[in-house]
Amino acid sequence: MRLRTNGRLVAKNRPVHFTFNGKRMQGYAGDTLASALLANDQLLVGRSFKYHRPRGLVAAGAEEPNALVELGRGDRQEPNARVTQVELYDGLAARSQNHWPSLEFDVGVINAKLSRFLPAGFYYKTFTQPRAFWKHVYEPIIRRSAGLGSAPETGDDHTYEHFNVAVDVLVVGGGISGLAAALAAGRAGARVLLIEQTSGWGGRAVVDRPTIEGATAQDWVNATLGELHRMPNVDMRIRTQGAGVFDHGYALAHERLTDHAPKRGGPRQRLWRIRAGQIVTATGAIERPLSFAYNDVPGVLLAGALRDYVVNFGVAVGERTVVVTNNDDAYRTAIALVNAGLEVPAVIDARAAAKGELPDQARAMGIRVITGSAIRAVEGGKRVTGVSVCAQDGTGGQIEAIACDCVAMSGGWSPVVHLWSHCGGKLVWDDAQSLFRPDADRPPLGADGAGFVTAAGTANGHLFTAEAIADGFGAGRKAASASGHTRKPGQAPMGDDLAEAAIEPVWMMPAGAPYDLRSKMWLDYQNDVKVSDVQLAAQEGFQSVEHAKRYTTLGMATDQGKLSNINGLAILSNALGEAIPQVGTTTFRPPYTPLPLAAIAGVARDELFQPIRKTPVYDWHENNDADFEPVGHWRRPYAYLLGDETAHDAVKREVNNTRTNVGLLDASTLGKLIVKGPDAGKFLDMMYTNMMSNLAVGKCRYGLMCSENGFLSDDGVVARLDDDTWLCHTTTGGADRIHAHMEDWLQCEWWDWQVYVANVTEQFAQFAVVGPKARQLLQDIGGMKLAKDDLPFMQWAEGQIGGFDVRVFRISFSGELSYEIAVAAGQGAAFWDLLLKHGEPLNVMPYGTEALHVMRAEKGFIMIGDETDGTVIPQDLNLDWAISKKKDDFLGKRGQQRTHMQDPDRWKLVGLETLDGSVLADGAYAVEVGENANGQRNTQGRITSTYYSPTLDKGIAMGLVKRGPDRMGDVISFTKDGGGTVDARIVDPVFYDKDGEKQNV
Amino acid sequence: MSDPISALLGRETQGSVQVSDTGLRGMITLRGDLSYGKMKSICKDLTGAAMPGLREAQFKGENGLLWMSPDEVLILLPYADVADGLAKIAKAMKGQHHLAVNVSDARAVLQVQGPFAREVIAKLAPVDLHPDAFPPGQVLRTRLGQIAAALWMTDAQTFQIICFRSVADYAFDLLAASAAAGPVGHFPRGT
Repeated sequence: MRLRTNGRLVAKNRPVHFTFNGKRMQGYAGDTLASALLANDQLLVGRSFKYHRPRGLVAAGAEEPNALVELGRGDRQEPNARVTQVELYDGLAARSQNHWPSLEFDVGVINAKLSRFLPAGFYYKTFTQPRAFWKHVYEPIIRRSAGLGSAPETGDDHTYEHFNVAVDVLVVGGGISGLAAALAAGRAGARVLLIEQTSGWGGRAVVDRPTIEGATAQDWVNATLGELHRMPNVDMRIRTQGAGVFDHGYALAHERLTDHAPKRGGPRQRLWRIRAGQIVTATGAIERPLSFAYNDVPGVLLAGALRDYVVNFGVAVGERTVVVTNNDDAYRTAIALVNAGLEVPAVIDARAAAKGELPDQARAMGIRVITGSAIRAVEGGKRVTGVSVCAQDGTGGQIEAIACDCVAMSGGWSPVVHLWSHCGGKLVWDDAQSLFRPDADRPPLGADGAGFVTAAGTANGHLFTAEAIADGFGAGRKAASASGHTRKPGQAPMGDDLAEAAIEPVWMMPAGAPYDLRSKMWLDYQNDVKVSDVQLAAQEGFQSVEHAKRYTTLGMATDQGKLSNINGLAILSNALGEAIPQVGTTTFRPPYTPLPLAAIAGVARDELFQPIRKTPVYDWHENNDADFEPVGHWRRPYAYLLGDETAHDAVKREVNNTRTNVGLLDASTLGKLIVKGPDAGKFLDMMYTNMMSNLAVGKCRYGLMCSENGFLSDDGVVARLDDDTWLCHTTTGGADRIHAHMEDWLQCEWWDWQVYVANVTEQFAQFAVVGPKARQLLQDIGGMKLAKDDLPFMQWAEGQIGGFDVRVFRISFSGELSYEIAVAAGQGAAFWDLLLKHGEPLNVMPYGTEALHVMRAEKGFIMIGDETDGTVIPQDLNLDWAISKKKDDFLGKRGQQRTHMQDPDRWKLVGLETLDGSVLADGAYAVEVGENANGQRNTQGRITSTYYSPTLDKGIAMGLVKRGPDRMGDVISFTKDGGGTVDARIVDPVFYDKDGEKQNV
Repeated sequence: MSDPISALLGRETQGSVQVSDTGLRGMITLRGDLSYGKMKSICKDLTGAAMPGLREAQFKGENGLLWMSPDEVLILLPYADVADGLAKIAKAMKGQHHLAVNVSDARAVLQVQGPFAREVIAKLAPVDLHPDAFPPGQVLRTRLGQIAAALWMTDAQTFQIICFRSVADYAFDLLAASAAAGPVGHFPRGT
């Protein structure tokens, strides 16, 4: 309900209209969706995960476990929005989640009636047997009843971005401690980024109104903001949540730019990727619920949250509020309520006495304080109707009943230690205040072994204004100093507030509650974990807090136990008879609240999802119906489709035309590494299995590269350009990898060898002109001499063709007469056009990678990645001829001498022809009699390349077969897609032009 | 023979921060001992600029030298002058271990210009682009989105960026999207 008193954040002259489950409602500018719902008396906002119990708002911030809604529709649909973090805007449409058929009437509530059949570990106990039930019964039912929001079905039409920034000091949290930290660090001269997750500065202080520097907290906040704004070295961001802290001072923050103003242009959210010298976590504290029976009924909420709603938004939950507490702070809520004209029939204080200044003030206002007492149970179903009171020390005998429509509870405050803990900061249990706080002696450590995170203020366990603000200032000064900024920032601001008496730890109300009460005390609201569940887990032997968490699902909901963790582990420690610090906390992992995947992806979506590498003739391919395939990040034409041709037909045509006329291949993607220096020959002799140092200038040689273990890693043609310069071609996918491999050896192992390597892959467009008419085509264009004797096979020459400066390699990967021509990339497209134009009378056609593959397979040439998979040595592929016997050493030599590599039973390369001419399945296994130890069929080989050969009009394949080359002519069986086997004969892998006459004309 | 073309064919965007193709640029990768006297002097002869120190960019007009690594500089000069430049380097460095190659066609050079140019880049590159940390006169080799890039500033509002030719479209589209999304407001405008 909306109060007559004004909230400090809302503008009552600016109404805002929105809908909740289709119902039209009104709030004001400045409201959150949470406060607007309360103003409309919409207490019921969702259903719990397991029992589908009615749920209302419990909190006012990021810790809210219940009030998750779905916002928007279609391409703006967003599930699981926490209403406490949603700022109200005109036209906002929210729907509640996890109920069926409606929020008011939910059949899932039947689960609650069955709650004694849904104990802790229910999932593990129930869903294990029988096996078939999982797929057909359990899974569909759980999906239906236990889902939260539904996944959007269309794309998201917002944009998102990242921003990289390096700062000296990152301050997370814009309360008074964070502001003081930023002030100190800013004055010291450090580059500061101050971020605050909500839309306003000042944190709790501007609600609770202590005195700072002799003025109100709000005045001090305003003055401080003014000073910070004037500092060019300080950037401040609201609506920006510190999401995670990682190694080396890396931190993520999530800024919501237009969530509150959806009509505004620009990116919706921004992910800040921050490299911070020092991080100050001034992240405040979260109030703990108290565990009493039916503490989940809508209308029961945190005392501090209710105070926020009253003071910030001028809304309340009910007319009559019972406050229940174990500390003095909750009295502020009672006082605020009475000041707002509402009734507080009683403050139920579990402590034997309440003697602080705040209780005294409450009493002076006429508020009844009942000490040594507890709430026995909350009355009411969909909202609170009253409470029954009992003695805290007893077993729940009712003393009196109090009618009320709201319960404000406070079990004390837990510092938000998440960011401190993400990267390894340790905690210490503070017995006096009943809380875990950062252990300053064990911070997260940076690369230099020194701490790089400082917790400040309330987040550091300083719950009171004077200490919190001084601690924040000190943390800012220390962080600035640690990042080299030692200018004196002046005196810390002085804070002052009413003195509070000590808290008394109360983990259960009443202390001796029997089972029927304990089984209705909710710890985790979203996941329906109760005190009795944690106790049962302890009984069943789940002693580690991490195990108990997973067994009971305590803290595993989308709020990640922000409210429930400490209470849950206190119950666990009690059940185990151990002290709380001995039980410890579960692990705090980033992000602090769920990060949208869209924010993580940033701009990397649609056409910017991944870079596509394009050759200089990519546009021509695209304009000529190339069917592209990815090769690394490149897009290469698989085949060019003419008319309504299928890809299969196109490949067949391209192969036939190349073998009879002339084909063009865009081979620009092949890696090209220049290796130069006095020791380059020696270096290449180590890199390749064969000799490269004795290659004559002007000649080309095919070479193999192996890993240290001897496995074949890459191959390609090496050309010697001059006395101390070689040009090494690599595979398309190998260019960057082999370049790095070479640099690795040169920089780390042979740093004293005089060799330089440069990757010039993209400097050249390179085209293969292939086929019986290749020479004629080039001669028709005119230029350098390319006759057999001018440029013999496996040689290269520089010159001009058609006026273009070119380097021509007489090499062949197809078995045909072939020239590979390199031209400057900037002239690639023009040269390609020239080849096509002059080739027209000769029937020139471009061919794609599939035709390339078919033709190389017809020739028995291996392909890295097909015939190799990281377990294949060159000897397996009968490439012994390319392994030098003369060299003392090369990378892989020693590996290849190991026993297993010398095993005569290794699978070795052979050709395979099916008896029926069919095409074998790629990757098919050759079966053998018997089974292995695992009951699987024995195998004796597998297919590495398999194609329909247009040249031979039948299926051809290469494969690795046990002792294959010794078994020429044998027939073995291969598995078939869809079952069964097909017989194939072991043959020579060279199917076409065995003597190599065609390439050497 | 035909005129060479740049990968981006002169593409450009309008707006507060503009992204544009700078066209053909002569580039020579030179590896060697950067402290070697003849290496310094041939670099100076070709560009008019002094040998850059660690992460420095030295310019004389459009010509310049970018520090690429402890044993590598990138020489920027007119596209048409590269062959002549390579010949001069070969002559000057005769007998001295070095590597000089033409990489003019292997790359694209883009320009990002405008009051929040720094932020356009900082959205994409994981580096410190604060004006104190990265003023004109320095060079960075870093990533732009998912690709490698080198960048330097020619004045307080202008970046030049080198990337590989094959990913020029990606780089351009990425920068254009970043510019179109507007300023962040973190760095002072126009610095």
